[in-house]
Amino acid sequence: MNDAAHGEYKWIGTRPPRPDGVDKVTGRAKFGADTALPNMLVGAVLRSPHAHAKIKSIDISKAEALPGVKAVVSRDDFQDMPSEMVPAGEMMVNYRDMVRNVMAREKVLYDGHAVAAVAATSASVARRALKLIEVDYEVLPHVIDVMAAMKPDAPLLHDDIFTEGVEPVPDKASNVAKRIEIGFGDMAAGFEAAAEVIEREFDTQPVHQGYIEPHACLADVSEDGQAELFCSTQGQYLVRAHCARLLGMDVSRLRVTASEIGGGFGGKTVVYIEPVALALSRKACRPVKLVMSRDEVFRASGPTSGAHVRIKLGAAKDGTITAAEAELFYQAGAFPGSSVQPAAMCAFAPYALEAVNVVGWDVVSNRPKISAYRAPGAPISVYAVECVLDEMAARLGLDPVDFRLKNAAKEGTKAAYGPKFGPIGMIESLEAAKAHAHYQAPLGPNQGRGVASGFWFNIGGETCVSLNLNEDGTLNLLVGTPDIGGSRASMAMMAAEELGVDMADIQTMIGDTGSLGFNFLSAGSRTTFSTGMATVEAARTVIEELRRRAAKIWEIDVDAVVWEQGSAKPAGSNAGEFEPLSIAELAKQAGATGGPIAGHAEINAQGAGPSLGTQIVDVEVDPETGGITVLRHTVIQDAGKAIHPAYVEGQYQGGAAQCIGWALNEEYVYGEDGRLQNPGFLDYRIPVASDLPMIDTVIIEVPNPSHPYGVRGVGETPIIPGIAAVANAVSGALGIRLSQIPMSPPRVLKAIEEAG
Amino acid sequence: MGDMRYEAPDSLDQAVALLAAADGQARVLAGGTDLLVQLRSGLIEPGLVVDIKKIDEMRGINEEAEGWRLGAAVTGAEVGEHAALKSAWPGVSEAIELIGSTQVQGRATVGGNLCNASPAADSVPAMIAAGARASIAGPKGRRELAVEELATGPGQTALEQGEIVVSLLLPKAPAGTGDAYLRMIPRTEMDIAIVGAGVCLTMDSDSCAAARVALGAVAETALLVPAAAEALVGSNLDEAAMAALAAAASAACRPIDDKRGSKEYRIKVAGVMACRAARTARQRAQQ
Amino acid sequence: MAKYHVTTTINGDAVEFLCEPEQTLLDVLRDELYLTGSKEGCATGDCGACSITLDGRLVCSCLVLGVEAEGRSVETIEGMADGDQLHPLQQKFLDHAALQCGVCTPGVLVAAKSLLEKNPDPSETEVRYWLAGNLCRCTGYDKIIRAVLDAAAEMRGA
Repeated sequence: MNDAAHGEYKWIGTRPPRPDGVDKVTGRAKFGADTALPNMLVGAVLRSPHAHAKIKSIDISKAEALPGVKAVVSRDDFQDMPSEMVPAGEMMVNYRDMVRNVMAREKVLYDGHAVAAVAATSASVARRALKLIEVDYEVLPHVIDVMAAMKPDAPLLHDDIFTEGVEPVPDKASNVAKRIEIGFGDMAAGFEAAAEVIEREFDTQPVHQGYIEPHACLADVSEDGQAELFCSTQGQYLVRAHCARLLGMDVSRLRVTASEIGGGFGGKTVVYIEPVALALSRKACRPVKLVMSRDEVFRASGPTSGAHVRIKLGAAKDGTITAAEAELFYQAGAFPGSSVQPAAMCAFAPYALEAVNVVGWDVVSNRPKISAYRAPGAPISVYAVECVLDEMAARLGLDPVDFRLKNAAKEGTKAAYGPKFGPIGMIESLEAAKAHAHYQAPLGPNQGRGVASGFWFNIGGETCVSLNLNEDGTLNLLVGTPDIGGSRASMAMMAAEELGVDMADIQTMIGDTGSLGFNFLSAGSRTTFSTGMATVEAARTVIEELRRRAAKIWEIDVDAVVWEQGSAKPAGSNAGEFEPLSIAELAKQAGATGGPIAGHAEINAQGAGPSLGTQIVDVEVDPETGGITVLRHTVIQDAGKAIHPAYVEGQYQGGAAQCIGWALNEEYVYGEDGRLQNPGFLDYRIPVASDLPMIDTVIIEVPNPSHPYGVRGVGETPIIPGIAAVANAVSGALGIRLSQIPMSPPRVLKAIEEAG
Repeated sequence: MGDMRYEAPDSLDQAVALLAAADGQARVLAGGTDLLVQLRSGLIEPGLVVDIKKIDEMRGINEEAEGWRLGAAVTGAEVGEHAALKSAWPGVSEAIELIGSTQVQGRATVGGNLCNASPAADSVPAMIAAGARASIAGPKGRRELAVEELATGPGQTALEQGEIVVSLLLPKAPAGTGDAYLRMIPRTEMDIAIVGAGVCLTMDSDSCAAARVALGAVAETALLVPAAAEALVGSNLDEAAMAALAAAASAACRPIDDKRGSKEYRIKVAGVMACRAARTARQRAQQ
Repeated sequence: MAKYHVTTTINGDAVEFLCEPEQTLLDVLRDELYLTGSKEGCATGDCGACSITLDGRLVCSCLVLGVEAEGRSVETIEGMADGDQLHPLQQKFLDHAALQCGVCTPGVLVAAKSLLEKNPDPSETEVRYWLAGNLCRCTGYDKIIRAVLDAAAEMRGA
């Protein structure tokens, strides 16, 4: 049932303060490292200093003997896992790989790979204990760059990877895990028909999600094997699933509580130190706190792919794209499973095409296993696509927004990956861009403007909520998706809207895994959509029950009772003369009328609507140093329905800032020895406050028919168009197109000098 | 760990004695913005840390007959709040104020920035250009060194065991002197300089009567570049002089490729920064 | 492994603690005193999440040794509100939705408070450069800057 056609809402679309806000501005809110337990030990992890090596032996005896050390674990404490793919965020992970990533078994595959861990009575004892663990490595040649890793003579990471998706199946193992292909139409004919064909190649470097809070957890395993885990995560249920599996526990005996989370962006959708902390706690029979240092976060969590991308685009003189081709070469990291699939899906998705083909390659190499980073894979593929689109527009003498409008996808357009779109906001976002003051503003010397569009499909997924009416008429809404950016408020707003009560009467709480059925992660831009949908369903169940109770009290038929503005009322004068019964009054009488009143929902939310967006960026380049200043950035994006507009704006602005970092200064720098040279915020350069202008936002609302309020997820699309928008702006300022990111000053100056 | 001893003497003699007597690694703790990072990473494992912040002689910003004297424990934040020093030495002041974030400024000291001996230290090229001299106390007594002689390599200084830099003197400059420091960093803040250029010059109406040019982050220590100064002296900082300045600056570089910049980039941008700093110094000289 | 005994003042209260010499003030605040409002984002002074003031001076507590707190005055995020009265900055952050995940927020607030004590009428640029040492990955800083400027105006009685 779609209520998106409603006129005035009481709560939806307003900007109430978030219920967890005061705790966050006072420092009271508990993030992953903010709790302690009596008798607690401190954990520390020993990590490989080599990019690639066989582990010949691990001797933990001296560490175990150090006074104050209560447990030491290594590969011997984790059972091997057979190959099994499970969902993690918008991608899949393999348990066999996961157990090896959590704790190296046969080999270490990247600088920072975990080899052993200790739990001790203090951090300084733990650090000393690590130094006493003796690991005998046989160092092997390593390979990091994706194209180098694909070469037939490249150092081999695994001897059992035989490329999937190619015919015939290779008989020689390689680092090429998979080839994927999507698309339709006659590519050859499409290029034949083109008046202009442009083919370009691009290179990107690995970047990190950059969350300010390192991974942190506190594990407590009892002598009988029951366990509690407090951790910073985007999904406590997946943590439970992965940890239970890796530790050989029943899911029901592990209770995972999500702390407040200091950023995730997809990087906290898998486990790293959590199974290790549990294994240490189980061995020591004491709680173990295990927190990653910043150095460990960069070296040993899940930065994105670095990639090589080839784009070929054909267009007719009038601007119609006749053929669109892409080949994506993505680093997966130490184990297979990059985000090349969603990257392929999104590459050309904003456009209605006759002929489109995207091939993707998933390639392992000696750097950490990738994890999702906000619209995983798409920022890279779209960077390349949107740069070529920009070049094509210029070649054809067309305004870049008009060129995109000419080819814009809309309702009924078939996507490269198969489905036909329902209503989407691509055209609306482009028209808003064109009409925006930013697009018309004059530019000065050495300044340029860039435009780009992007698409993310968004997901739904398994979601459980529980809504309980308390004796005093207030409600507790229990949800299972961690609150990354204000979703507690958004859920309360939707429930309040449904029930017709004051939002302040509804307390949203994030439940631990023992309190609700399975919830998929806060990821995939699914939380407002899915948890919202479940919340609405639960609220409607509560309303049904409230009507039944009123009917019972009035001794009339339930069909004769309506629910309006927080009260039960007779449906009409025929139903009888009864004063309305408020929710508080009905709550008071709940026991007498049948028992406590609650609603719950267990759904697999379907019908997530894609979010399309367009971004405009102005930059100024210093031609003598290659330095780039971002002068102006506007994000225009379809939210379907903005439940809380300030949080939607926040997503747009945060994603835009990440684009700027990705485009200009963020990159992993590896030495010849395969070690990461910049595992810290000094030389891994995310944007600081003085780097950025105010970021203007425009919220478009093309309602999603599948959601009661028309909601579309918005969290991921903002990181997609911005990189190309920056690149196109730099090109506008310089008259030169760079083909790699980040466009750091040395690269820009080199490009200027090479252009003469 | 747990072997580290912390002492906070309130006299210079005590500090010198502690450092001189230490066997094994001993370190001075001023602002701690380099020391604590090195400690945490395990790069150093000192048996003794001597906190010098209680020593009066190492604090304070004072105008003396010879010039401005900055205690080695003076922080960037204190420099930033000292209107008279900023007016007299805007280049040295702005260089010191560029060290790190506001939080780092609250702790980082002029002595520490110098003695940590990073080739990219922001205060050093400006200090060198200003002709600053370091006053050093040690077990054998006091001595002075020109700032450009203090660092001998990355993380290495000319200090003997037990010696501490007590203060820095910015010698009184003739009328018509102006100084400036500029650095190239990829972001707007927070970065280690890829190139730093400090210029101090004295204008005699429209002619440069004297100049000192120093570059940071382009060699194993900050460099005083006499040839760059020669390019300016006698000129009105016209285009030809600027070109000669840039060429001399670039020629003096012997940089490395690292995660912050390539050799070629540093060589090129050293010239650009030197010219821009010279222009600003000249504007200030004629104010 | 003898510990040092330190006597200091934290948010106006006299406090004593024991610490190892290598422990930073951040370690002490969080692990010995359970004042977990100051966060460890990097432990190298690059992110500002551990910001406090030491004798009124804004610093990263990860760059101060615990032993250095002897005889000095420390102010943390926990001391910013006055009972149940939020500081205007704290209130403006809520009003402007100037936080998403909230982990950088304590450090930003402490830093912003320090700014407004020194400069009650900063420009947007001055705010941005003052806060450059406080990394935020969620917000793009826009709403943070607006909240600080708005709080400054209110505190000036404008």
